[in-house]
Amino acid sequence: MSFSRFDTGGLIDRSERIGFSFDGKQLEGFAGDTLASALLANGVSLMGRSFKYHRPRGLLSGGASEPNALVTLGGGATREPNLRASMMALREGLKAESQNRWPSLGFDVGAVNSALSPFLGAGFYYKTFMWPAALWEKLYEPLIRRAAGLGRASHAPDVQEYEKRWAHCDVLVIGAGPAGLMAALTAARSGARVVLCDESFDFGGRLLKDRVEIGDADGPGFAAGVIAELAANPNVRLLASTTVFGTYDSGVYGAVERRDAAERGPAQRVWRIVAKRCVLAAGAEERPLVFGGNDRPGVMMASSMRGLLNAQAIRPGDHVAVFATGGSGHETARDLLKHGLAVTLVDARADVPAEELAASEGARLLTGYVVADAIGGKAVSAVDVVDRASGKRDKIKVDALAMSGGWNPVVGLACHRGDRPVWDEASGMFLPPAERDGLVAAGSAAGILDLAGCLSSGAAQGARAATDLGFKPRKVDAEAVREACGGSTGFQTLWHVAEARGKAFVDFQNDVTVSDLGLAVREGYGHVELAKRYTTTGMATDQGKLSNFNAIGILAENRGVSPDQVGTTTFRPFYTPVSIGALAGEHRGSHYRPVRRSPLHGWAEKHGAQFIEAGAWMRASHFPRGDETDWKQACDRETLAVRAGVGISDASTLGKIDLSGKDAAKFLDLIYTGKMSTLAVGKARYGLMLREDGLLMDDGTVSRLGESHYLITTTTAAAGEVMAHMEFCAQALWPELDVRLASVTDQWAQITVAGPLSRDVLGRVVADDLSETAVPFLAAREVTLHSGLKARLFRISFSGELAFELAVPARHGEAVADAIVEAGQPFGITPYGLEALNVLRTEKGFITHAEIDGRTTPGDLGLGKMVSARKDDFVGRVMLSREGLQRDDREQLVGLRPVNPAHGILAGGHLLEPDSVPAMANDQGHVTSACWSPHLKSTIALAMLKRGRERHGERLVVWDPLRGIETEVVVCAPVFVEAGRLGEVKIARDLDPVQLAAAVPPDLLAGLVCRVADRVALTQLSAAPVCLVAGPAARNAAIRKMARAGDGVARPVQPGHALAVGNSGEGSEDLVERLGADGAISLCDLSDARVRFQLAGPEAQEIIATQSGIDLSAELAKPGSSAPTLFGHVPVQLTRTGADAFEIMVFSTYAQDLAQSLSRSIRLSG
Amino acid sequence: MASLIRCPHCGMRPKEEFSIRGDASPVRPKPEAKFAAWDDYLHSRDNVRGVMHEHWQHVGGCRRWLVVERDTFTHEVHSVVDAADYARARAVKPSKVKPKGKTATAAKGRAKS
Ligand SMILES: [Zn+2]
Repeated sequence: MSFSRFDTGGLIDRSERIGFSFDGKQLEGFAGDTLASALLANGVSLMGRSFKYHRPRGLLSGGASEPNALVTLGGGATREPNLRASMMALREGLKAESQNRWPSLGFDVGAVNSALSPFLGAGFYYKTFMWPAALWEKLYEPLIRRAAGLGRASHAPDVQEYEKRWAHCDVLVIGAGPAGLMAALTAARSGARVVLCDESFDFGGRLLKDRVEIGDADGPGFAAGVIAELAANPNVRLLASTTVFGTYDSGVYGAVERRDAAERGPAQRVWRIVAKRCVLAAGAEERPLVFGGNDRPGVMMASSMRGLLNAQAIRPGDHVAVFATGGSGHETARDLLKHGLAVTLVDARADVPAEELAASEGARLLTGYVVADAIGGKAVSAVDVVDRASGKRDKIKVDALAMSGGWNPVVGLACHRGDRPVWDEASGMFLPPAERDGLVAAGSAAGILDLAGCLSSGAAQGARAATDLGFKPRKVDAEAVREACGGSTGFQTLWHVAEARGKAFVDFQNDVTVSDLGLAVREGYGHVELAKRYTTTGMATDQGKLSNFNAIGILAENRGVSPDQVGTTTFRPFYTPVSIGALAGEHRGSHYRPVRRSPLHGWAEKHGAQFIEAGAWMRASHFPRGDETDWKQACDRETLAVRAGVGISDASTLGKIDLSGKDAAKFLDLIYTGKMSTLAVGKARYGLMLREDGLLMDDGTVSRLGESHYLITTTTAAAGEVMAHMEFCAQALWPELDVRLASVTDQWAQITVAGPLSRDVLGRVVADDLSETAVPFLAAREVTLHSGLKARLFRISFSGELAFELAVPARHGEAVADAIVEAGQPFGITPYGLEALNVLRTEKGFITHAEIDGRTTPGDLGLGKMVSARKDDFVGRVMLSREGLQRDDREQLVGLRPVNPAHGILAGGHLLEPDSVPAMANDQGHVTSACWSPHLKSTIALAMLKRGRERHGERLVVWDPLRGIETEVVVCAPVFVEAGRLGEVKIARDLDPVQLAAAVPPDLLAGLVCRVADRVALTQLSAAPVCLVAGPAARNAAIRKMARAGDGVARPVQPGHALAVGNSGEGSEDLVERLGADGAISLCDLSDARVRFQLAGPEAQEIIATQSGIDLSAELAKPGSSAPTLFGHVPVQLTRTGADAFEIMVFSTYAQDLAQSLSRSIRLSG
Repeated sequence: MASLIRCPHCGMRPKEEFSIRGDASPVRPKPEAKFAAWDDYLHSRDNVRGVMHEHWQHVGGCRRWLVVERDTFTHEVHSVVDAADYARARAVKPSKVKPKGKTATAAKGRAKS
């Protein structure tokens, strides 16, 4: 007789049939079924094969701890292995597959392992497959992996979408059984913000499985009443199918919500829950008994069989044996008897409490007996019982066997912070450790096993948590409880049945038996941490939820000590496995990190640019034309055009920092090697910045725009690092200096016009005199374009040619670039990208971060003269004087040319003297940069070479074993091309000025989902000027007041810094004038550096919670409040503009990326 | 590592909004200080088991540098102050803000249990 379903009873809805498939076979269940219960109702009790021995396995615990009934769902890209059939609500069309079987679940070749079991005992990996080592990769490992797999993941990219979200609450309640429900109810009634999570898809825990009465209601009725009240409370968030997987410090909890049945939205959501208090009401796991054949299908936990009977009307057979050491067995016997089944109750105890005997009255009772072995093949068919007094052994035919060895409180989440559970000899249980960081256990998680006790413990802990936080909870009246065995819950500890003859499993998922643990002790691996690794007990996907405590008990017995002395292994997150996709959330693929787009991105696209990732930026690498098939052709053409005529490129990605304050000059002298305070207004200077250890951090330019006003540029790569460094210097090292720093990278579109004809081209766009006298080398000044637009012009060159950088407010970038291209048409102006720029700078020996690699000094790079000897102090000054950084045998920058120009060199190759052996001792240096020079028709390279400056003319070998290249080279000076050798170019001087087209602001939300009716809407706010008001922190109040004058809202960034926003349509100059700064306060125009979005609607806060961990109700409670925070990886200024409305102000180069993230969250919420 | 940090300017924020530089207790020597002092400032660090003062920057928020007083063993955060205030206070009374943890519970080379 196998499992089936009663025609009546249970909590299932027989009117709603649900079709599903298991191993390709079409089956039917009802609403209210789990996959596991539906399989049993169909007579399927064999659900999988075991890991090592491939033994037939069926449902065991029927809950979160289920080790056996693991299935794989779906196929192709959504394939997901190792899911517990017991935790899965049945749904139409569900396709499940059993695991670990070949060719079929019923007939499995791997079951032969069982016959080999003498060789597969504890430590078998280490022993059997030790030698010869060479066989590991080829033979043993593939063999073990195939035979011992637990499911199989998909190799296709995951097509499901995942989301991460923050939740903030006063009280988090983990588990919605009797204790959890009461804790949540008590706390919620007092006004506390409550989050209630349960791993199951419905709330109620054992109230849905046990026949109990609370007041007038049965278990499900009572649970439904509490849930209805909680659901109606706006301060309560109910999260079903949500497993809290980790307890982290500061009261942060990680949880994963499975949304298998949801038609829209993410497949899974990872919650980060910030809770001031937490009530752990995760319940207790019933402890398996360890006897021979305890893993056969049809053997299951007593509470599980009872739950299936009461909730899903599962009929285990005609005659059921129950093997127990406590009340749960008697309760199960009671429920089986009520359904008219025959029950044999085997109780290991000689004396059974009268309440328990009363419950199981009607069963054939064998007290003082044990089940020694369960017998059968693919299902249990009989049990061997042994009378412990006489030793007599009897066989009894049965259809199923329920077992209960007592309870193990679920303490894992209370131990993630490093505490260990505490052994309680009287109850025979490991109990949770003392309260830590506001987490306290209640109900059976705290070792309280009776229902009345669970209800009152939950209420008490909910009330205590609320009281701690200043709420005033009312006392909840305890209702009369009627439960099995009159609430008697004691049990006798029986770690394993010594009379067993067959394999007695401790860890079902990893096939660890009693004898494996015995062997571990005998071989010296009896320490709990060693035994775990030696036998692999507790190391499977269930993390030993059922097995760990039995293993401890058995180790204790073998070692002759108490479980207390054996102790537990370390509990760590994750409590249950969480898929990588869920943890990654939206940060994968191209959204792995945010993408920054230059204001000239669209312009470059228009000219056919190919883009490459450069840090967070997408930068144009080259602009292929016509029949160019390869980037090198485009790069050569662009390079030649710049040297011979004129080129245009985008320099907007360079870091740009606005520096003001009365001590600005002094500050620059402290952070640069050169003396910047002597720089004249209207001039720029090249500068080097050291780390405090004397090595180079970055290079860049400093332009003096006013008496105490500078603009600093950094390399694209180091922009973030340099800004943080300068802030550290200003705030932590020299807080007495009056300096204000503002990143203005996003404010300016910076356009390089380079080449001997650049002045002629620019002259058609810029109205000012551009002659050598008016704009000499290193000039930095404001100019006016013919169309009237104000711009900044810098006479700086990174290509060695005559070159200008023109900076215009970002919104005008594309129009200005278009105008320059139009102006350059008669001169053959050529857009050039990063590849050409790299050739141009290498030809001139200009350095980048390939040379500034954290190991080089200014002297190494031939820039020793840029280190001022006249300054007392600057960052890195003392350490640069170290002997090791001044030695003359250091590696120095040189140029290299191959002896045969056609031969290649690649960066990374090492330099050796000819005929020397490739060895560290013979290493002469390495190649930092290499490229093809179309001017020299040769590969050229920059390298760091020992005593390099003395070795020009020497022949060396570039040794590049990684790519199998050896190239003979000649050392030369690191300058390959002399600029400006071209003769005077004859061009028409009387060309007309070029006017600008009007700037068209991009629609960042075009094509994106921005609205869910009645819930949330994302809009881009119309352009209004934005200005940073910055001054000394001491004047913070005045500064905020000044910022508030913009549009009535001050947006504070930090003490002494606040953002002001003007009125829609107002010009930035008008705003500046209206704010009216005095001398001590700087105003920095950021109108083009920021984009403002509005997010409004009742769902807006939830959308924000997918991006930011800020607690809106605490930090941004009132309209008009504003704070900087991080959205994903993007910094924003967040302002509450109404009860359900927010302004999100973001850096303009990140705006597109942020819009996409917000749109995704909105789409998933729909 | 602490999961949440209370920025004195912005309020409670997840640690993802911050970057960490390291020990805040070494004081930058005077430019004329002996070479050994500079060497110590740059290279010598205690492996503190217990309370430690560290420089953190609220890069995802106000961008201020902060000094976080944190227990490296329990992860407890005792205080968070602005780095400028910390530097000024230390300049006035060097002994008073000398981090306690450094001397109290240094346990060099011992792995966390
Ligand atoms: Zn902050």
